[in-house]
Amino acid sequence: MSHISPVIWQFLVKWLTNSALFPPEASRLAPQMDALLFFLILVSLIGLTIVVLLVVSFSILYSKKRHPVAVQVEGSTLLEATWTIIPLGLFLVMFVWGALIYFRVFTPPANAMNIYVVGKQWMWKAEHPGGQHEINSLHVPMGKAVQLTLISQDVFHSFSIPAFRVKREAIPGRYTTVWFEATVPGTYHLFCTQYCGTNHSQMIGDVVVMTPEDYRKWLAESTSGMSLAQNGERLFASLSCAACHNARPDARGPSLANVYGSKLTLSNGGAVTADDAYLREAILNPSQHVTQGYAPIMPTYQGQISEEGVIALLEYIKNLNSDYRVQQTLTTTDLLPESEGKAAPAAQKSAGQGPATQGKVKP
Amino acid sequence: MSSSATIVRLPDQSTARIPKLNYLSKENGILSWLLTGDHKRIAILYLISITFFFFIGGALAGLIRLELLTPQSDLMATDTYNKVFTMHGIIMIFFFLVPSVPATLGNFFIPMMLGAKDLALPKVNLLSWYLYMGAGILALYTMMTGGVDTGWTFTTPLSTHYVNTNVLTTGLAVFIAGFSSIFTGLNFIVTIHKMRAPGMTWFRMPLFVWAHYAASILMVLGTPVLAIAIVLVALERTIGIGVFDPTKGGDPLLFQHLFWFYSHPAVYIMILPGMGVISEVISTFSRKRVFGYTAVAFSSVAIAVFGFFVWAHHMFIMGISNYSTLVFSLLTMLVAVPSAIKIFNWTFTLYKGSITFETPMLYAFGFMGLFTIGGMTGVFLGTSGTDIHLTETYFIVAHFHFVMVGGMLMAFLAGIHFWWPKMTGRMYPEKISQLAAVVTFIGFNLTFFPQFILGTLGMPRRYASYPPEFQILNVFSTAGASILGVGYLLPVLYLTWSLKYGEIAGNNPWQATGLEWQTQSPPLTENFTEMPIMDHEAYDYEWLENQQALQKEAEVTSAG
Repeated sequence: MSHISPVIWQFLVKWLTNSALFPPEASRLAPQMDALLFFLILVSLIGLTIVVLLVVSFSILYSKKRHPVAVQVEGSTLLEATWTIIPLGLFLVMFVWGALIYFRVFTPPANAMNIYVVGKQWMWKAEHPGGQHEINSLHVPMGKAVQLTLISQDVFHSFSIPAFRVKREAIPGRYTTVWFEATVPGTYHLFCTQYCGTNHSQMIGDVVVMTPEDYRKWLAESTSGMSLAQNGERLFASLSCAACHNARPDARGPSLANVYGSKLTLSNGGAVTADDAYLREAILNPSQHVTQGYAPIMPTYQGQISEEGVIALLEYIKNLNSDYRVQQTLTTTDLLPESEGKAAPAAQKSAGQGPATQGKVKP
Repeated sequence: MSSSATIVRLPDQSTARIPKLNYLSKENGILSWLLTGDHKRIAILYLISITFFFFIGGALAGLIRLELLTPQSDLMATDTYNKVFTMHGIIMIFFFLVPSVPATLGNFFIPMMLGAKDLALPKVNLLSWYLYMGAGILALYTMMTGGVDTGWTFTTPLSTHYVNTNVLTTGLAVFIAGFSSIFTGLNFIVTIHKMRAPGMTWFRMPLFVWAHYAASILMVLGTPVLAIAIVLVALERTIGIGVFDPTKGGDPLLFQHLFWFYSHPAVYIMILPGMGVISEVISTFSRKRVFGYTAVAFSSVAIAVFGFFVWAHHMFIMGISNYSTLVFSLLTMLVAVPSAIKIFNWTFTLYKGSITFETPMLYAFGFMGLFTIGGMTGVFLGTSGTDIHLTETYFIVAHFHFVMVGGMLMAFLAGIHFWWPKMTGRMYPEKISQLAAVVTFIGFNLTFFPQFILGTLGMPRRYASYPPEFQILNVFSTAGASILGVGYLLPVLYLTWSLKYGEIAGNNPWQATGLEWQTQSPPLTENFTEMPIMDHEAYDYEWLENQQALQKEAEVTSAG
């Protein structure tokens, strides 16, 4: 028995010293979310206290001993209106406050730098525009809006960073986005929170927030030598896409220059904006997405390109768009390693030739 | 006269005996049970079977808590853990919570409360028990032969393309159990419309019946959608019809829309009958009409109606549009209001009452506290902003256990103790059952409160292993679960004991007003010797006193 009590003692000490009720606040959003959480907790505590106080005091005042004969009371419109309207008012305040935060989390600012994340059983793969890949970890700079574009290669996953108070489902066949701005350097948990099969609980990793200088260093060290768009360019060539999409006057496929973000008219008469989702669909399932004036001759690439491949192609197509290149340069200039200073990644061969350091998992 | 005596008015022990002729003694032999059309016997069959499934589900919960005692996945392989929590969810939801109060207490007492001889469709009632048993045995069989690891939500494409466990047979079990639930709901609706005794108007019905009426509508309208969703999963899995498969142009989110279109109303199917029990218990033990009867009755209906239009709040982070989130978040706030109304109406039922604290009342108090916490934390999740942080974590696990276990199971136990004298003719032992109620309450809070903190800290649900810093709170939770286990075992033991050794209850030991108490315990197969006539409001304690005074007079004159 003697060994039990020190164990319990250690246990209690550990609990009291680690008794955090909230995870660390490491993003610009976290304090806003926590303010609402505190409000909700406060309202709940007050509500609970009222109910408990009423039940206890009525139980004492009107117990059989003190109050042997019940007095029948029918009800009271005034009281009932009170406890209908006050909770309703409070719930509406919570609704509006919550919606404000919700819209903030899922509306990325225009100048956010984009990182692609692919979820698959059972790992997270992050693809940086500069060509850095990571598995089960995500390096982000502090003080910079970062947008994640998520997709799943198989089942539903969910990308959760409690310290940033953000979470977003990675859905098969569909891009979703979320953004955050990290504020405190450090290493934080990254979880998959949507049950995804056998090793769901091992689909975890680290989010590393770095100061801009450290981040610049990390980018330089981790580059695979080719940017994501360059990877896409190579894939574009190896899949013989250029046989048709070559911008020649007699090309059998439409030119892809400046197609990203433009309005297209389809052969079935529909009009679409060529965003990420459309381009992905047009690659994988082309017969449904033929641009007006072209024959439906493009073969399907369903099952032939991984989600990472599609992302690389997307990034390549985006980089054929001069506006996009300018925007990218503006967004990331201060973060790119000196040697790649003002690179439009597809337009220029990268200088950094370090070995690929994939999946740097932190201890 | 009854006001000065204590509520429990057991008959004089020397002369008391169980009535010779009652629904239990009328026929003997196993076949008289298996082929019965008597709603009371079917209720007892259900009671035995759901208790059995509850303990299987509970044992699985015990395994989950044991695994989570340590951060590593060391007690069982992750696959096994995934199967265990999946089966825990499926058994507890489809084979315990959904049928718990309606199929046992509702089955037994709705006809009696309405003054009817039986449910409208006795054979359909028996059929629904057989469907339930068939489904339950099939579910157990699939568990024995490899189990299933999709989670009780059967999320596609995991369930259709990525797991190779018994998805089809488990789906079939849930499909069949759904029909059992539809038949029960249908039976209740027809009975409540058609079988009310003379004078039993809608607003003279006990609130227990109102709550079941609302829940029955949900069962009949919601469950078919679940059946459709399961059939689509089966077709997708076997012949690949591609409704949910994005590579074939399907939409994986569509499954979740269908699934939650049933499964959100399903939580109201589970909780509404429990709320009905609480209305009866609180009124009886404070000897007062339920405060604002009409408001409580209509709040049940409001919950049922709004309950159908909030399903997408399970999908706020899943890529439904921001504007649907807005709508569903608002509707979720609206469904919270009738629950708040109920809590305050029950509280004010105590006001100027004459309160005693028998076991059912203790469970009812437990329900009110825990349901308030469960309901308020539901608002945390209905608030779209905070949902982003809290969903898919232990916060949501704690939330629905507060509602389902803290709420529904407390209500179920309150109801079982409350009506035990009527069902069996004997009292349960009061002191030890009060102890069990307190033990359950403490164990429950110790188990599930730490999970709110775990969830806020970000611990994801359905994890076989977790980062070590979450261990301490998990140890608290596991410790609480063992206390909770004791709290649930105790009633099984002393209730079984009381079948033989409990004191004789008499017709109306609680001096309750419902029609079910105005007949012998255990009741006759026909429930009443003559058709009762409802000439007073529900919960009319003055009527009850006058009635008893009259009876006493009659006895005195006939004896004289």
